[in-house]
Amino acid sequence: MKIPVMADEKAQGRDPELLFWVGCAGSFDQRVQKITKAFATILDKVGIHYAILGSEEMCTGDPVRRAGNEFMFQMMAYQNINLLNQYQVKKIVTACPHCFNTLKNEYPELGGNYEVIHHTQLLQSLIDEGKIVVNDSGPFKGKKITYHDSCYLGRSNNIYEAPRKVLEALDGELVEMKRCKKNGLCCGAGGAQMFKEEEKGDQRINLERSNEAIKTNASIIASACPFCNTMMTDGIKLNEKESEIEVMDIAELIAKSI
Amino acid sequence: MEILQQILFLVSIAVSIGLFYKKIKQIRRNIFLGQPELINDHYAKRWKNVLLLAFGQKKMFKNPTVAFLHLFVYLGFIIINIEILEIIIDGLTGSHRIFAPYIPALYSFLINSFEFLAASVIIVCLIFLIRRNILPILRFKSADLKGWPTKDANLILLVEIILMSLFLTMNAADSILQQANQEPYSLHKTSPFLISSYVSILFSGWPTHMLIILERICWWLHILGIFVFLNYLPWSKHLHILLAFPNAFYARLTPQGKLHNMHSVQQEVLYSFQPELAPTSSEAVSHIKFGAKDIPDLSWKNILDAYTCTECGRCSSACPANQTGKLLSPRKIMMNTRDRAEEIGKNIDKNGSFRDDSKSLLFDYIKEEELRACTTCNACVEACPVSINPLDIIIQLRRYLVMEQSSAPSEWTAMFTNVENNFAPWKFSPDNRINWTKESEG
Ligand code: SF4
Ligand code: SF4
Repeated sequence: MKIPVMADEKAQGRDPELLFWVGCAGSFDQRVQKITKAFATILDKVGIHYAILGSEEMCTGDPVRRAGNEFMFQMMAYQNINLLNQYQVKKIVTACPHCFNTLKNEYPELGGNYEVIHHTQLLQSLIDEGKIVVNDSGPFKGKKITYHDSCYLGRSNNIYEAPRKVLEALDGELVEMKRCKKNGLCCGAGGAQMFKEEEKGDQRINLERSNEAIKTNASIIASACPFCNTMMTDGIKLNEKESEIEVMDIAELIAKSI
Repeated sequence: MEILQQILFLVSIAVSIGLFYKKIKQIRRNIFLGQPELINDHYAKRWKNVLLLAFGQKKMFKNPTVAFLHLFVYLGFIIINIEILEIIIDGLTGSHRIFAPYIPALYSFLINSFEFLAASVIIVCLIFLIRRNILPILRFKSADLKGWPTKDANLILLVEIILMSLFLTMNAADSILQQANQEPYSLHKTSPFLISSYVSILFSGWPTHMLIILERICWWLHILGIFVFLNYLPWSKHLHILLAFPNAFYARLTPQGKLHNMHSVQQEVLYSFQPELAPTSSEAVSHIKFGAKDIPDLSWKNILDAYTCTECGRCSSACPANQTGKLLSPRKIMMNTRDRAEEIGKNIDKNGSFRDDSKSLLFDYIKEEELRACTTCNACVEACPVSINPLDIIIQLRRYLVMEQSSAPSEWTAMFTNVENNFAPWKFSPDNRINWTKESEG
């Protein structure tokens, strides 16, 4: 599988219909790279003409903005928007809810107007259109799966249904945690917490959340955000449950089922 | 004697409305100490929010039992206030139950409904007192509420119980006097009433003059109590019964994940990339403060939020940081903001204009450690029944810390440097961004 890069595509006179925004975690984090690859495999299989920005992509500025560094955010936004506009990008898909939120909600008033969708939304519509067909005897059939809502998809952008619809297609048993959807508990990574030690307290947030997930007796925790994935994986390890529960991105679950 | 009562009434109503007006003016001024923020779009959506969130108390219904109980107190309180209109006219003109002769059938129905509501309010307030003080509900036990806030909440419940009891006792005495053909009570027979007829049993053997005194005392205490309540509101968390409405109207309508753009910073960054666009030095604007340190740096809407806060703690019980024992409590952020706004207001009242007190919202009220714990998850915003956004204040204070004070945990400083130099929060070269694609080719 060859991953098309925007600069090459344009140089060869091609005009990809979709930009896959990989994000920093998706590019550099070894665990998250697997999610990126899984999603790219799906795009490839479905035959969508897409491209990535490759080494030209920069951090959207989400963590610096939320830490309070508006200058750095504006610098990132300026450069990214310039690049995206130069390539005349119209539609963007990303597997990171933080990139999704910034591209979709924060770039327009800075001059970056694109149709931005999250990968769970794209997967849902591909399933609905019949372009993705899940194997009848997929590996997750009958398995108990619980979905952990990402704050930046859920409360921030009101996306609760798309990830659940995709999971339903796996023919597993979807179970909800006590705090879900609008009341979902954060994994602890947002607001640039991912990049620093947690403040003093009596419990780590990811421990609290993974405990809740363990209580559902699910064998798979489905995530839709690279940071949630990392936090939940660590939480499950801290709870010493890694042999019983696996944390997987929705894209990985689908890639393994087609 | 009659005329004396009328004069006394006139004086008390004038004093109470005057005082209320003065305090509300101060609060209005305090709110507008904040930065101007123009909110004048999407009127239809905003009115819808007022209907659903403020009148309909939509978010309260996340817990239907509590929502219904709260709705009872709220409706009871508002509807019984129709009765206040008659009381005021009676007080000013010396009449007794002035509406009774004009709408005889409806009148009894109304008073009976008021009595039903009054009794319900008493019962619900008792339940709330028990809930608040005896049941183990964490958000009522938190350190945020130590001292005055707990007293405030209990006091309001007690006052409501007392006011409603006075109303019922007054009607009870009135009924007996009507049956005893005592004028002016018997001029328009309206009794017996739904609830107070049971209360009258308590006073059955009382002589007429004692009943008249009882009725008068209750009448006076009831209306004076209401005047006192009116003037207590602006000092209390119960201001939300008024401010929940404008606060729902002015609530942000953009997706919760979107942060407020700092236009000034956007411009500066634009000029650094495209110096040809920068204004010449003569036009250049003087340094603007980045982020917020104190009340005047916040938007007026943040301060309206603070005055609207009912200190219920729904935000903090949804907050992942607060629930895992971190110092951060979004409720405390709101209470601190209101306290500091009041403090600045008092300073202005005393000195004519603000005199530096070497204090500020950030540092003296809200500590860095609190702000550092926020995951920007928006759970507090989602949970708040009266459309408050604590996160908006947290972000502005964080902006001040980072941009004005260069104060950030060392890991964040390193992350900023990485983003600046490598365009990623980790120390990887941009060229390595495509490493994963190479492995995919295999
Ligand atoms: S946004 Fe911050 S303050 Fe609000 S609930 Fe989440 S962590 Fe707590
Ligand atoms: S901010 Fe809202 S949820 Fe939090 S205490 Fe105040 S009223 Fe309650």
